[in-house]
Amino acid sequence: MNYYLTILIYIGINSILALSLNIIVGYAGQISLGHAAFYGIGAYSSALIATKLGVSFWVSLPLAIIITAVVGAILGLPSLRVSEDFLAITTIGINFVVQAVFKYVKFFGGALGVSGIPFPSIGGHRFSLAAFALMTAIFTVISAVVAHLINTSWIGLGLKAVREDELAASSSGVNVYKFKVLAFVLGSALAGLAGSLYAHFMMFITADDFGFPLSIAILSMIVIGGIGTVRGAFLGALLLTIMPELFRPLSDYRMLVYAILLILFMRFLPEGLIGDESIVWKKIRGKA
Amino acid sequence: MVLQQIINGLASGGIYTLVALGLTLVYGVLKILHIAHAGIYALGAYMALVAYKIYPNIYFAFLFAMATTAVAGYLVQKYLYWPIIDQPRIVPLIASIGLFLALEELYRLIWGPYVIPFPQKFHWKTYTLGNIRLPGADLFVFALSIVFLAILYWIVNKTKVGLAMRAVADDKEVSEASGINSKWTIALSFIIGSALAGAAGLMVGVYYNSIYPTMGDVPAYKSLAVIVVGGMGSIEGTVVAGFGLGLLEALLLGFLPFAFPRDALAFIAMIIFLLIKPEGLFGE
Repeated sequence: MNYYLTILIYIGINSILALSLNIIVGYAGQISLGHAAFYGIGAYSSALIATKLGVSFWVSLPLAIIITAVVGAILGLPSLRVSEDFLAITTIGINFVVQAVFKYVKFFGGALGVSGIPFPSIGGHRFSLAAFALMTAIFTVISAVVAHLINTSWIGLGLKAVREDELAASSSGVNVYKFKVLAFVLGSALAGLAGSLYAHFMMFITADDFGFPLSIAILSMIVIGGIGTVRGAFLGALLLTIMPELFRPLSDYRMLVYAILLILFMRFLPEGLIGDESIVWKKIRGKA
Repeated sequence: MVLQQIINGLASGGIYTLVALGLTLVYGVLKILHIAHAGIYALGAYMALVAYKIYPNIYFAFLFAMATTAVAGYLVQKYLYWPIIDQPRIVPLIASIGLFLALEELYRLIWGPYVIPFPQKFHWKTYTLGNIRLPGADLFVFALSIVFLAILYWIVNKTKVGLAMRAVADDKEVSEASGINSKWTIALSFIIGSALAGAAGLMVGVYYNSIYPTMGDVPAYKSLAVIVVGGMGSIEGTVVAGFGLGLLEALLLGFLPFAFPRDALAFIAMIIFLLIKPEGLFGE
């Protein structure tokens, strides 16, 4: 039972991560290969606030979200200066630099990481695993609703205008700078939420938890699911969380299978499983 | 002491430049971030191992490594990149990362996760010039990268093939209209770039006397930083940035009073540089 609850919590956290990256990459079209950095900033903020100030999860969570959003705005600034492939590499760079800061600066716990992060509790009662899973599920649903609202509101329209054609967007009165920064702020805020959940669930974090391979995994989730859609982000997060568990018997070949699947998807189904343009999705819609 | 560090920096700068030049060539003609290039680089080192099994000779190893990586590069562009070239840019990018991961896993499964020493021991002499020590291995790597650079310079600037490569990089449609076979030109860029990476992989295998599955990781990230600073697709820019990074690392690591993450340094330099000059050294 505990095993399944833990998997459920991972699915929830990964779904929030996928939804958050989807705002930056899917809606606004800004390639980000360093999303684990924002996740890590959320986790470290929450962990340090909780352990150094001795406050509870309920205080550190909102603070972590705000801090991650602010840092996201600052780190999103390069997206105003550089475009496309430059941005892709810059975001890889941000991932490495943020990870190095966590690892080498003493304030962040250095190589030892941060331990003793309190598990959430209410009125002195420590959460059970089931309660944590329920809470994660609630936060996941809230994130999905937020992502959906962003997508269908004027913000979503602005972001998509920036994605499709920056020049056309700005000549029809869309403030491209504003929307790009907004995408990074919103995306980072949700990543901060996921990071905080992770930190208080694991109760111990190190810089290695937030490396470049994780950024790739998050990006793979939304691309495999179907970029730019809430349902795609969910499906991708679900598949990429469960797959390693299903492939456990393959143990030694697990990474290879994952890498080959990634290649095959890009080669034969680049629209993702249930993206708007995907053949699979069109068939499902056609029958319904 | 400073000169010592400079020589060190020139050697590693030469390797960064060779790896990054392959990326630059590919980016020039195809506008793809070919992350898996660093997997090809590691392949060069492993193919040297295979070559030594067949015929233990360093020149043969070079030829064998460069030939096999050239073929690998050709296959990658033909069967992976070419079919998805018209997809959104994120698609070839992720495919490339997937290929890089797959290659590293294959090396691990075939040759094991451990560090393998280079099959031939080289007894490097250390030359002295006044009171500066010139390690033979550094000189070897530096000299060899200059030779490769010269060959590449000649191909790109003095031959018809090079002219076609520059034309396709400049404008694919127009160059096709003027009778250039862009498909073959792109393939050739991959072949040359991959052979360079293969040579670099072998050189690193010799220089550090170690070959291991993830040896491509650090060069992968660093060469990305190098091509960005160089201006994405500019060969001159890549050379300057590659050697610049090697020197910067050697000097900073030699003299900084505190422990510093060597691998993040390239990116810190890159980000600072981009804030000043977002189009890179020789970019438009």
